[in-house]
Amino acid sequence: MTRLRTIFATPAAALMLVTIAVPAGIIGVYSILNRGAYGGVELPWTLENYSRLIDPLYGGIFVRSLALAAAATALCILLGFPLALFIAHSGTRKNLYLSLVILPFWTSFLIRLYAWMFLLRDTGLINTVLQSLGVIRQPLPLLYNNGAVLLGLVYGFLPFAVLPIYAILERLDKSLLEAAADLGARPIAVLTRVTLPLCAPGIGAAAILVFVPSLGTYITSDLLGGSKTILIGNLVQNQFTTARDWPFGAAVSIVLMIVAVLLMFTVRRRGEELL
Amino acid sequence: MEVILELRELSKQFATHRAVHDVSLAIDRGAFFSLLGPSGCGKTTTLRLIAGFETPSGGEIWLNGLRIDALPPFRRNVNTVFQSYALFPHLTVLGNVEFGLRHAPAADAQQRVRLVLEQVQMSDKQSRKPSELSGGERQRVALARALVLAPDVLLLDEPLSALDPQLRKQVRAELKALQRQTGVTFLFVTHDQEEALALSDRIAVMRGGEIEQAGTPQELYQKPRTRFVACFLGEMNWVDGVGIRPECVRVSGDAVLNACAGRVLHTTFLGPHQHIAIRLERGEAVTVQAAATVALKVGETVHVSWDPIDELRFPA
Repeated sequence: MTRLRTIFATPAAALMLVTIAVPAGIIGVYSILNRGAYGGVELPWTLENYSRLIDPLYGGIFVRSLALAAAATALCILLGFPLALFIAHSGTRKNLYLSLVILPFWTSFLIRLYAWMFLLRDTGLINTVLQSLGVIRQPLPLLYNNGAVLLGLVYGFLPFAVLPIYAILERLDKSLLEAAADLGARPIAVLTRVTLPLCAPGIGAAAILVFVPSLGTYITSDLLGGSKTILIGNLVQNQFTTARDWPFGAAVSIVLMIVAVLLMFTVRRRGEELL
Repeated sequence: MEVILELRELSKQFATHRAVHDVSLAIDRGAFFSLLGPSGCGKTTTLRLIAGFETPSGGEIWLNGLRIDALPPFRRNVNTVFQSYALFPHLTVLGNVEFGLRHAPAADAQQRVRLVLEQVQMSDKQSRKPSELSGGERQRVALARALVLAPDVLLLDEPLSALDPQLRKQVRAELKALQRQTGVTFLFVTHDQEEALALSDRIAVMRGGEIEQAGTPQELYQKPRTRFVACFLGEMNWVDGVGIRPECVRVSGDAVLNACAGRVLHTTFLGPHQHIAIRLERGEAVTVQAAATVALKVGETVHVSWDPIDELRFPA
């Protein structure tokens, strides 16, 4: 049995090692080296890449990224929970609604973001329609701001919030809800006193699945945020491309990873305490 | 006796089948009333209609002089002990018992919780989670959680079926004692005739969504109105279309007046008595309950007889 388990786990473990652990190690090493003249890295060892991060400029980027990721997570859960609840109570239509939630994945995220740009830009669909209806005279600044990035994040990651919450709701013993009603709880009290607490693990998983990729996002902020809304992801990307400062990009990545892992553990803890 | 719960021509039609059909019942305050029947007979649906988890297709439910069939579950003064107990896994024993009091605040809430936990002997385990309890303990918490709200009627959906057989008899006695002690009306759903006979003041036997017969356990056993009731409660022999209970059949070696001859098929020792299966010469097989001391060999010829007064006749 143990051997069979080892055999089953090996391919995934090997893949994780090669594609995650090894690159993370390389990034770790790069982050304590000096930058090369034309990109790349050079000896000697240094911690200067990390000390540069104390600069308030980068602090601001971190704070804005954390705030946007937190807002996206909160919105995804606020929107995702009722949706998951609706699907879980949809009887035979469950599978239809679930496939609708997953449907956007069939199209590239990049293309979907361009579609949003088409909708939001000054000469986009929304502004054109509003202007032709005479509702507004000047186009609304819908694109290239934090709001647009938040919209893109929520839009992109909502399914990641719906699915784990749905998985828990679907397995939830219906007799627990009946028991609560039987003991005098109105529907809203059943929701807050039974459904929500029992959903905590699903909500925790949803939070991690939305927060972590939101924190590291760069396409969404690049396309919908423009040059004004720089996030950590863009900072990393810039260091490895235009700025050709690989060690600093590596240091930012490492800090980002540490923040994400710490937050994940905190959420786990809280989730376990609740149950 | 005052009637606390009355069902009037209650019906429930599901998309695919008729679960309950024209069920009328009156249950006295303080009674231990059982709904007995095989699985799929509509007994659980009847219970769920009373609790409010299902909406009736027709008929009325009256509780304590009020018509309740249109009220949501949280407005009905009945509480349910679920077959699976349905204890809230995220709450402790105390949290489970206090759950309903939040919605029906009572001045003496603390005292009631303490009393009911004592009654079900769970006072020392009140800070445990349901996952840390045995099956019997969970059942007692489910009882306490419902009883603390002092319901007009306590609905019990096969609450003993999840327990192992040794425990079941003990819990059965506890349940009966608890009902007497609290004076709460119990409506108990079961498919186990022995359970129903042992616990109930009155029983309604259900079949195919309808009530076949309602009465005291003695009435149902001694004067069953239909073949179904006769077969469902206790064992029954059928000879020439007439029913006769195994304990009413006498067996002897000699031919007596009106006796039928037969051969012993096998004997089953049951401790204080035994069951002897006999194939009559006329064809039918009968089971006879005899003292454990009666020694008969398989294949031996015997004579069985009974008092005609013990014969049960049913319309075809």
